[in-house]
Amino acid sequence: MTAFLATDPLFAQGINWQVLVIVFVKVLVAFVALLTATAMMIWFERKVISDMQSRIGPNRAGPWGLLQTLADGTKLVFKEDLLPDHADSFTFKLAPYLSVLPAFVAFAVVPVGGVIRIGSHIIELQVADPPIGILLVLAMSGIAVYGVMLAGWSSGSKYPLLGSVRASAQVISYEAALGMTVVTVVLVSRSLSTRAIVVAQSGGFWNWNLIRLGFLPFIFFMIAITAELTRPPFDLTEAESELVGGFHTEYSSIRFGMFYLAEFMNTITMSAVVVTLFFGGPDGLIPPWPGATIYMPIIWFLLKTVAFCFIYVWFRAALPRLRYDQLMDLGWKRLIPMTLAWLLLVASIVTWHWRGLLMVPVVLVAGFLLVRASKLGADRSEESLVLPPVGRRVTPALRPREDQGVT
Amino acid sequence: MKDQPLSFLGGFKLTFQHLTRPRVTTSYPDDKKPKQPRQHGRHVLNRYEDGMEKCIGCELCAGVCPADCIYVRGLDNPPDHPVSPGERYGYVYEINYLRCIHCDLCVEACPTEAITESKLFEFSFSNRSDAIYTKNELLVDDQGMPQKLPWEDWREGDDMMTSGWMRATSPSGSAAYEGEVQWAGELGYGVRAPEGGQSGHRDDALTGTKPLREVLEAHLLAEDIPLAHRGMQGRVWRAKIGAEKNKKKMEATRARLKAARASRKAAKNEKSEGKA
Repeated sequence: MTAFLATDPLFAQGINWQVLVIVFVKVLVAFVALLTATAMMIWFERKVISDMQSRIGPNRAGPWGLLQTLADGTKLVFKEDLLPDHADSFTFKLAPYLSVLPAFVAFAVVPVGGVIRIGSHIIELQVADPPIGILLVLAMSGIAVYGVMLAGWSSGSKYPLLGSVRASAQVISYEAALGMTVVTVVLVSRSLSTRAIVVAQSGGFWNWNLIRLGFLPFIFFMIAITAELTRPPFDLTEAESELVGGFHTEYSSIRFGMFYLAEFMNTITMSAVVVTLFFGGPDGLIPPWPGATIYMPIIWFLLKTVAFCFIYVWFRAALPRLRYDQLMDLGWKRLIPMTLAWLLLVASIVTWHWRGLLMVPVVLVAGFLLVRASKLGADRSEESLVLPPVGRRVTPALRPREDQGVT
Repeated sequence: MKDQPLSFLGGFKLTFQHLTRPRVTTSYPDDKKPKQPRQHGRHVLNRYEDGMEKCIGCELCAGVCPADCIYVRGLDNPPDHPVSPGERYGYVYEINYLRCIHCDLCVEACPTEAITESKLFEFSFSNRSDAIYTKNELLVDDQGMPQKLPWEDWREGDDMMTSGWMRATSPSGSAAYEGEVQWAGELGYGVRAPEGGQSGHRDDALTGTKPLREVLEAHLLAEDIPLAHRGMQGRVWRAKIGAEKNKKKMEATRARLKAARASRKAAKNEKSEGKA
């Protein structure tokens, strides 16, 4: 137990009631702040996307429509809660919680500010700082798949099932690429703890992993995380034109609202994780004002996170939804090999320093072979395609029937 | 463009540009788009300038109505106090707005220009009998203005040129009628400016017509925007328009500041006088 808690300086002097109060306050603040931020995020997304489409967006509830989410939430609470006939009642009710809980828990390890001192207690401004920090985020995004999967399965309906199968396949595919970019970060930070990752990047933007790792892992991570969040352009799980609403088709009332909540909460959490991993978290210029060391890191963190929330919304406004085979191609044939190659490069440079650059030709040759192999494979599989690609389809009746000797 | 691997980045640029473009939406119940000069709305029954009703109860409007929504009964004018200058007057005049399609055929048919349409279309009722407007409600008041009934949402300009309704600018395609006033001046409203027609001699400022490509210029393709409105030149042009729009606001602010300064000065003077 002590080994597990060792990295958090709050527990260094043992656990007494003061420590418990501090922990409780931290949890409460994080809970309330995250819920409020989610409401704001929903408003923000609707407002920004409407700006990008030359619309006005929500503007009736509260000033600039700020209370729109509150109004929607209230409406959802009072709506009738329907349980489909064929649904597995227990799982059906469990699934929304399985979606929401990981979203809350994942945020716990994100450092939102610096370290402050109250009396003899050293408090890190994050809910928890376990030594396995970043693994917890990955684990939680893994558990969130259960929420989607079980929601689709337990609905006892076709569209939700298809949506959830798509979702789980997609999330699992991109988890590999995601994990490997995280490993590159962990390699240079030499720690899994989110606090240590942030501390390793402090002292100026040239120390940020964005620069240190060479920009590309950040792009890989953004793509993978967008797919992981099933946000546009990777929102095949809820492609309305194909699946009605995806895995939550059968959900109504506040249960539906919880999926919605989880989705937006995950967006915020993942923006925060991107900031933590690649943008130095709360790191930033601190002006010599009184108390600036306490509030400036928080402001920097919030600014960066909002910037990424904006980028997610921008994705949604700018990019059309991918086709399923494009999604899988991007995940397996491009993202995973590229992250793997970058991981190899980073690992060899970390261990052999400049000699690690010898890995570049190795990676290039391997990459070339891989591209060649995938092309060969694609050419070969074309002969035995069950369903030829659109545009190359030949009606059986028009095909020359050699087996019967008719041309 | 299609085959470039990063062509999708153009989408990012376009969506970002849209952040600064003007919105096309009007926040409807708060403000409204200006109505077109020939908007068809709720009817009114007009009077002559001496207060006499124009309707002579001929029932032509009821006869031409494709929706069968008008019910008229004429009656002989009482000789000692005639209601209309003619032989008969509209004794009963009812329009059922659950049926009316606002086609304006009744207005075209009316020989005395008695029935015209205002621009009001926002009136709702909670039962069927309220949907039937009677003569009392349709008739204009002594100033020639339409009655503003409590359940109707009248805004500024809804009653403009109510009786100055116009036929097509060039009836039967005859260019001779172009640019001529087609409808008499009424009680409450003067003569309406003639609309231009096919030949393009139009005075849009007088009639209130605004071409769509002028309203939404920022949303046109770059090559469709006139040269004078593009680039630096365009920026100056837009700034001029904006300044004109803001002039009133600026003047009000200036006046407020002036008043504040004066009051502060007065207070200061009082203070110094009190000290002395």
